[in-house]
Amino acid sequence: MLSKRIIPCLDVRDGRLTKGIRFEGNADIGDPVESARRYYEQGADEIVFYDITASHEKRGIFLEVVEKVASAIAIPFSVGGGIAGVKDMRAALMAGAEKVSVNSAAVLNPCLIAEGAEAFGSQAVVLGMDVLAVPVSASVPSGYEVVIHGGRRRMGLDALDWARQAVELGAGEICVNSIDADGTREGYELKLTRLVAEAVRVPVIASGGAGEPRHLLEALTQGRASAALIASIVHYGEYSIAQLKAYLQAQGCKVRPVS
Amino acid sequence: MLAILDYGAGNQTSVRRALDFVGVPSVVTADPEEIFRSQGLIFPGVGAAGQAMRHLRATGLDRTLADWVAQGRPLLGLCLGCQILLEHSEENDTPTLGLIPGRSRRFDPALREEDGAPIAIPHMGWNALRRRRPSPLFAGIAPEAEFYFVHGYYVEVAPEYELAVTYYGREFCSVLGRDGLWATQFHVEKSGPAGLRLLANFCRYCGERADAE
Repeated sequence: MLSKRIIPCLDVRDGRLTKGIRFEGNADIGDPVESARRYYEQGADEIVFYDITASHEKRGIFLEVVEKVASAIAIPFSVGGGIAGVKDMRAALMAGAEKVSVNSAAVLNPCLIAEGAEAFGSQAVVLGMDVLAVPVSASVPSGYEVVIHGGRRRMGLDALDWARQAVELGAGEICVNSIDADGTREGYELKLTRLVAEAVRVPVIASGGAGEPRHLLEALTQGRASAALIASIVHYGEYSIAQLKAYLQAQGCKVRPVS
Repeated sequence: MLAILDYGAGNQTSVRRALDFVGVPSVVTADPEEIFRSQGLIFPGVGAAGQAMRHLRATGLDRTLADWVAQGRPLLGLCLGCQILLEHSEENDTPTLGLIPGRSRRFDPALREEDGAPIAIPHMGWNALRRRRPSPLFAGIAPEAEFYFVHGYYVEVAPEYELAVTYYGREFCSVLGRDGLWATQFHVEKSGPAGLRLLANFCRYCGERADAE
């Protein structure tokens, strides 16, 4: 049986690690390559890097980071942020990533998912979706709406419809990030996570809100997620990944043992 | 020096990085002379069986692999490289190299995980092994260690070739072979310290064998 995955998420701006709260106020908190190595040694199952560099010109710096990370860790990792076409995907995969994550660009151009899956296989294409809880309406029957551009633009698109459509197009995994929970450290949006996990047959990664070990357990059990994305809970040294895994294992949740 | 077969299969660079990790010099190559100068050959692979076989036949590398195995030299197949060593793949209904008796079959989408949930295909993520036979590949690796899998087809081989099995909706062979001719369904190069140890064990076997000659 597959183990549940613990995936630290590293936001990278201009080649440095940052962490924001509700997508604002990012502060420099270190070197992404060193952090990747540390999390690898602690037993991370995978790592996600988001390039949140504002300017397109500095994209090269990020790819250099990706290459350094690929030489520092021997586990899969994915890369997102600024992936707008097959060319960007190829650059990230050539630099050593296993997977690419598409988000806003896929909402604006859903063909991007199909093109990526065709060129590199579904296992290489992760759909990231940023989701806001909204009043139920005709266009958003689930009460969860997809937003883009870091939460600044609402799309009138239902999160569950989008998840199903993305899988149809070839997305191999879906990372569900709750804008409401992001950075709050008050727990994942469990209802949203579960709705998406029940709507599709590909693995769902819960994202946004982890502040305590029990939040991970909730996402992986009640939320039915295959993996939990984590950030501030480990970035400031409060918990190590080994501690989180020891907790999950003690609670009967199957995780990969840390060697 | 180990050779990593370059046939446009995608993950040869990851394999080379993993060998850097364990301190073993390697070269990514499609040149038969360079391959036959190496102590051991790694046959990586991601993607579809049909396309990979077309490439191997078009370049003559299918014969290089057959000659290598016929001479009893050490080979390690990884993922798609593991499947292609067998006789046939249901993926694109492809006849494959036939260097080990067996075949690759598609996971049945009706299968269920141990908790009752329908399996997702491909099988992607970390899973454990149940060892069937001893192998020098397993030296120093904890029995509960897990490895990273990404595959939509699984292999079936005769029991004498089955070194370890894994459960995902059903039991399937995850490590196969005999001394010097091995393959793993998982990606050793992405399986953390346990995967690197398995890779190092293969390298050590290659070195010892070269010294013995």
